[in-house]
Amino acid sequence: MSVTDDAPQAPRAERKPDRRHVRDVALPRWMWVPAVIAFLVIALPVLGLLLEADWARMPELLTSEAALAALRLSLETAAASTVLCIVLGGPLAAVLARGRMPGLRTLRSVVLLPLVLPPVVGGLALLYLVGARGLVGEALRLGFGITIPFTTAAVIIAQTFVAMPFLVVSLEGALRTAGERYEAVAATLGASPALTFRRVTVPLVLPGLMSGTVLAFARCLGEFGATITFAGNLQGTTQTLPLLVYVQRETDDAGAIALSLLLVVVAILVIAVARPRNTEGIR
Amino acid sequence: MTGAALAASIRLERPAFALDVAIDAAPGEVVAVLGPNGSGKSTLLGVLSGLLVPDSGNVRIGEDTVADVDAGISVPPHRRGVGLLAQQALLFPHMTALANVAFGPRAAGMPKREAEARALSLIADVLPGLDADEMARRRPSQMSGGQQQRVALARALAPRPGLLLLDEPLAALDVDATPAMRSLLRRVIRDAKQTALLVTHSALDALVLADRVVVLDSGRIVEQGTTREVLTKPRTPFTARIAGLDLVPGTACADGLHTHDGTLISGRFDDPLPEGDAAVAVFAPSAVSVFRDRPAGSPRNVLQVRLAAVEPQGDTVRLRASPPADGADWLEGLAADVTLAAAADLAVEPGAELWFAVKATEVAVHPATS
Repeated sequence: MSVTDDAPQAPRAERKPDRRHVRDVALPRWMWVPAVIAFLVIALPVLGLLLEADWARMPELLTSEAALAALRLSLETAAASTVLCIVLGGPLAAVLARGRMPGLRTLRSVVLLPLVLPPVVGGLALLYLVGARGLVGEALRLGFGITIPFTTAAVIIAQTFVAMPFLVVSLEGALRTAGERYEAVAATLGASPALTFRRVTVPLVLPGLMSGTVLAFARCLGEFGATITFAGNLQGTTQTLPLLVYVQRETDDAGAIALSLLLVVVAILVIAVARPRNTEGIR
Repeated sequence: MTGAALAASIRLERPAFALDVAIDAAPGEVVAVLGPNGSGKSTLLGVLSGLLVPDSGNVRIGEDTVADVDAGISVPPHRRGVGLLAQQALLFPHMTALANVAFGPRAAGMPKREAEARALSLIADVLPGLDADEMARRRPSQMSGGQQQRVALARALAPRPGLLLLDEPLAALDVDATPAMRSLLRRVIRDAKQTALLVTHSALDALVLADRVVVLDSGRIVEQGTTREVLTKPRTPFTARIAGLDLVPGTACADGLHTHDGTLISGRFDDPLPEGDAAVAVFAPSAVSVFRDRPAGSPRNVLQVRLAAVEPQGDTVRLRASPPADGADWLEGLAADVTLAAAADLAVEPGAELWFAVKATEVAVHPATS
């Protein structure tokens, strides 16, 4: 049916055929089997944690001094790293998506490195760069008396290192999808590049920015390898939740499980807050 | 040149393409730019709007020189006062219709209340018969394609541009929405004396909307003049095709013209032409009679063709020709319009050999572009 020019259009939802009237034409039946297995691979371990948990001791385990310190440190450092990812990674994504100089492809591959690199290797690399005898570390120590490794700053740097690609990749994708056509229109309407960026570009890529932020934050919360290598495991300064879980497991299974469940809850919260539109590939 | 709303002379080179064009427009004039795909129309609009930077030349809009390569002047797009309406409406999806239309005036620093008042009256103007207040609150996704394009037009007009660029503004619309949008454009562009450049593929758009036509091919202007003149006396096969006319190129002779392979096309001269000059013979597809066997008698021009395609057009059928086995290339694309009944009587399919006949009195011979 064609919509005539002046006919007010019905809201989109009303024009879509009802779900129960639509026949699946792109889903072979056998696919259900591996799909269900895949789902179980993800869901069952979490269920296992729930079954193993010692619910009676839960309040006590979760409110131990070490646990509270770790939770607080985790949230604070993850938030700080996420802000760094946005402030630095946002412009990087814009350069990658809109820049016209040669060598951008190489640049993009480098940005993806932390995604595929084992985090421990990332931590080592950071240590050799910013460590006491590292290239930058020595200069910082001699010039300003600053040492980075094994401080809270090191935790933030390690998390930023591993989480940055998540933000850059989703934001760059959003920028590319939005294209430059709207920005060109804004220019012909008299909007300066700064105004266009604020009123057109940012709102258009907001969903991508949101999902990138959530992914980066979640990656920061779960960060282990780079942190323990580069920042160590000092309660109150560098011992984040995943590190505490690892240490607890050696001595107290129940405590480790309780803290793990806490991380699961935080992860679910993060997904629930931001997922609905933003990771489902709309625009 | 004084008082022109647009005066541009530009050159832009790319691998395998060069745009080299001088174009101007008087205040309130609408100039249609026709041309095959890849002829440089979009590049031309890009240079005028400032989104593309030419290699040489200059562009003046009203009193302002907005680009002059020699003088090192290159005003960015947002300070040129050049509006753009493209094929797609490209309304900002996160804003209401009102915010979209008010965007330009707001960018120019107009207070919000005033900008929205202007936007609302423009929306009422482009969507007559609808509740403007209600439409103004809608998002683009809640409007039909035709409504979106109308709002996009209002948005382009809102900053009062000195020059409006229309890049095939009707091409992406439903057939139902096209005529109304075309008359709207006529009202708000032509009747309101808005200087505009209109890129189009449609002779009808040019006739309804434009005072003057410029035909672009391979980055150069190959034809220009008043819309009527260009469309009734085309000098290139492209223009003839746009105008829906048949065109045969050749050199003038006493009775009409000789094609390059020596075929004589008899015709009449509006103005006498020296023999041997480049000329084109132009006739309407409706003046062509079609036969299965070689016709005998009166019609003076009889051409053997192979049928390439059958295109229904309302209550007639257009038969599109291609050269037969060893025929001349100028037969390619010649058209004949016959009634549905006649087409049924011919009972032909693409590939069939046919005879096109056209009376000499129906063929106009005029000079070709050199």
